[in-house]
Amino acid sequence: MEDYQVLIGLEMHCEISETKTKVFSSAKNGYSEEPNSHIRPVDMAFPGTLPVVNKEAVKLALKASMILHCTQPEYMYFERKNYYYPDLPKGFQITQETKPAPVGSYGYLDFECKGESKRVRINNIHLEEDAASTDHYPTFSTIDYNRAGVPLLELVTEPDLHSAEEAVAFLETMRSIYQYAGISEADSRKGQIRCDVNVSIMDKGKDASNPKNWGTKVEIKNVNSFGGVRDAINYEIERQIALKEDGTYDEMEQQTRRWDEDTFSTIYMRSKVDAIDYKYFVEPNIPKFKLSPDWLESIRASIPELAPERKEKYEKVYHLSSYDAQVLVKEKAVSDYYEETISLGADPKGAANWITSVILGYLNKEELEIKDLYLTPTMLVDLMDMVKSGKISSKQSKEVLNKVLEEKKAPKEIVKKLGVTQISDDKTIRDIVVKVLDEHPDLIEDHRKGKNTFDFFVGQVMKATRGQANPSLTAQIIHEEIDKR
Amino acid sequence: MTYMDKGLVEIHEALKSGKVTSQELISESLKKSKEVQEKCNAFVTILEDAKETPVTEDILSGIPYGIKDNYSTKGILSTGSSNTLKDYVPFFTATAISNLESHGAVAVNKTVMDEFGMGGTGTTGHTGIVKNPWDQTRMCAGSSAGSAAAVAAGVYPYATGSDTGDSIRKPAAYCGIVGYKPTYGMISRYGLFPFASSLDHCGVLARSVEDAAIVVDGMKGIDKNDMTSWDSSNMHLYDSLTKDIKGKKVCTIKEIADISMYPNASSELKEHLENFHNTLKHFQDLGVEVEEVSVDQTLLNALASVYVVISCAEATSNMSNLTGIIFGPRSDADNYIDMMKNYRTTGFSPLIKRRFVIGSYVLQAQNKDRYFHNAQRVRRLLVDRWKEIFKNYDAVILPVGSGPAKKFDEDKDMLDHNTQVLEEHLQVGNFGGFPSITIPDGFVSGLPVGINITGNCYDDINVLNIAYALESTMPYKNQIVKEEH
Repeated sequence: MEDYQVLIGLEMHCEISETKTKVFSSAKNGYSEEPNSHIRPVDMAFPGTLPVVNKEAVKLALKASMILHCTQPEYMYFERKNYYYPDLPKGFQITQETKPAPVGSYGYLDFECKGESKRVRINNIHLEEDAASTDHYPTFSTIDYNRAGVPLLELVTEPDLHSAEEAVAFLETMRSIYQYAGISEADSRKGQIRCDVNVSIMDKGKDASNPKNWGTKVEIKNVNSFGGVRDAINYEIERQIALKEDGTYDEMEQQTRRWDEDTFSTIYMRSKVDAIDYKYFVEPNIPKFKLSPDWLESIRASIPELAPERKEKYEKVYHLSSYDAQVLVKEKAVSDYYEETISLGADPKGAANWITSVILGYLNKEELEIKDLYLTPTMLVDLMDMVKSGKISSKQSKEVLNKVLEEKKAPKEIVKKLGVTQISDDKTIRDIVVKVLDEHPDLIEDHRKGKNTFDFFVGQVMKATRGQANPSLTAQIIHEEIDKR
Repeated sequence: MTYMDKGLVEIHEALKSGKVTSQELISESLKKSKEVQEKCNAFVTILEDAKETPVTEDILSGIPYGIKDNYSTKGILSTGSSNTLKDYVPFFTATAISNLESHGAVAVNKTVMDEFGMGGTGTTGHTGIVKNPWDQTRMCAGSSAGSAAAVAAGVYPYATGSDTGDSIRKPAAYCGIVGYKPTYGMISRYGLFPFASSLDHCGVLARSVEDAAIVVDGMKGIDKNDMTSWDSSNMHLYDSLTKDIKGKKVCTIKEIADISMYPNASSELKEHLENFHNTLKHFQDLGVEVEEVSVDQTLLNALASVYVVISCAEATSNMSNLTGIIFGPRSDADNYIDMMKNYRTTGFSPLIKRRFVIGSYVLQAQNKDRYFHNAQRVRRLLVDRWKEIFKNYDAVILPVGSGPAKKFDEDKDMLDHNTQVLEEHLQVGNFGGFPSITIPDGFVSGLPVGINITGNCYDDINVLNIAYALESTMPYKNQIVKEEH
């Protein structure tokens, strides 16, 4: 490994999930379990149907283009990519090739990997339509056209990534951007993200900025999870290094492979010489249209605060640790939850503790997402206020939370129902303490001799109050009463 | 008393005054349909159960008409005259047809065409050849052959057509009627089976300029389902008709229309061109100046190739949806590739397959610039030249074809190559999306011939008025087939 450097380029496909309708069709853009429920005649390419561009999808694509520091075209064009496959009803996909200009060209993105800042150059980003989804059975196949025509963004990077970790860190940054900018849920479990990965290796010491020094490019198609991307890259690096060591690397042709999750390996699909000629040409049914500077400006102005900005705010303004801030901004929904909690008046540090330690732990364990959480930010604030005012103890609050989640009732209701409340009344506690001390004069002596009997007294008070005595007040009163004797 | 051989306004008056009912008109039209079917094989489907509609102030209300079989009609077989769609019954109606329906028009049959509009002979439809009602040993030209034959034979006053090269305007000439395709995008193409999207136009075949204007008024309108359609609600074609065209200036093109260009001209060609130049003289009486302009012969010679390259390229892509998987007679095979192959191999006629091969060839990466892109460049040069002409002239006036309808047994390859431009020049109207109308201007060898008037985009009213005025100087308005007894 130390003799080689690795060059990785990515093609990341991400469905735009935040439009009401599909990219060239008025059918609903949405995930559905029921096959063929979100379709219009154009999605199945019935004769005479025509594409109509969804302006909202173009807007979101332009937003992504701007975030990636790409150049936006003067005119929008679409092109046809012609090939036959049963999941492609028209026999062509409406997409954008690099000529004429796609929605974004030649940008870059800075991202962090293991605490280091990296930059990847973006070759282009373009807007296209997704294909239908197919399922193959031994004697038949089924086609679901719900996905046909869903807007898809394809992002193509230059081969500026040098390890699987960098590739995954880049993809995670992109996912965060898509979520924060309101472009996509970017959920790979829903099949919204799919990647093609290009991997090549070259001898260390040679200048990687000169393409002449690059090794033979191997493209790995259809890797559908970030874990898959990491594993496919690592497998491919090792495979290529083995060829180098064997002395057979130079015989390897430029090729396309696929990642096979069952065998955990990449499998040869076709050589570059067998590459499909897609016969691109400009889609004649969509007239080219000019992107007005005003519209572009309004899109630029609509780009919201993204994860890095929020993280910085959390560290500098809320004084959170870099680690906690990172945990909070990783998923936009979590960060939004945090921000809402703060906007309701919660202490930023306290709220961060609740979310990073208790809530995320619970979600993780139950395999839930924060949007499925019963506890709303308002409820969390109520719970925190009860602790703050001394109504319940911090320990009790954890129990209350568990009950809230279990019984799906508001914290105030749970507190009332369980009779959980904290006794913070000096006289009530003092009376109990005096009684306990009176019963155990020997243990007071032991305490004075240095033996630890203090916890026993606390325990007895808690027992007598069914755990409701304010612990710090109890401790204080016990000290005072012992000192009096 | 018959009505289907009359003009729309006259029929409308008869309906209004109660001299005839919509139902009686339908009966007359159906009876005539059967006669013409027997003689000319003009229909794919005759709608025996066509229902009368209420007679309103709308001129089209209650009056029968025909629909070319490449318009999608809900619940009615729509084949495009192809075996690939021989049983296809759509579940939606083309916008142009629903517009006519909303005016109360009554469809009585679907007319035969060249398969998917790809032909100029009317001989390639899956139901057999269409014969010219003037002489059944001759063709109607195509592709709107059935529509032209039926209107000429007096089945109804008009039928819809579509025009990618000259598919409305040439059969109109060969059948002695009017054929009009308005500016590209004036009539929505939604629901029209595509041949070559950038060249396809909807239009009408009728027996007078007046009727053509009334019908296109009824078909046109911006459509949210067709991005290339535009708002023409301020254009009232019929209401704008006037014979007063005094002061207008038109031109003809020397290289196309001058007899000296054809040293080996047949007697029919001589007669046809002589008749054309005699017709031009009528403009003097109308106070219109006629001049002759010159267009670079090299540019004109490229015209036919430009058409073949662009139309075949778009066609091969447009018809990739025809796989037999979603609609059409699905082919039985072990895998999807063979299913598609079998369906397409058996479904398409040899002529179409030849065009697909050409289309694929010119789009292949290694050929695309030489053929497809060059064709697009020359298309632009031709359109620019015509637009330059339109700066100085209100219209270009040219003869249609090299004479009257051809005989079926005439070998196409024997055609004089010198007359190719004369045969193909109407395609410029499609390259530029220009409004273009053909009207009958006499007889050659006892058969009708036509003259074409083409103007600049959006200048439909001007083009129609020139045709309307010219028509009034000749005895061919509302002409129907005169049978030899």
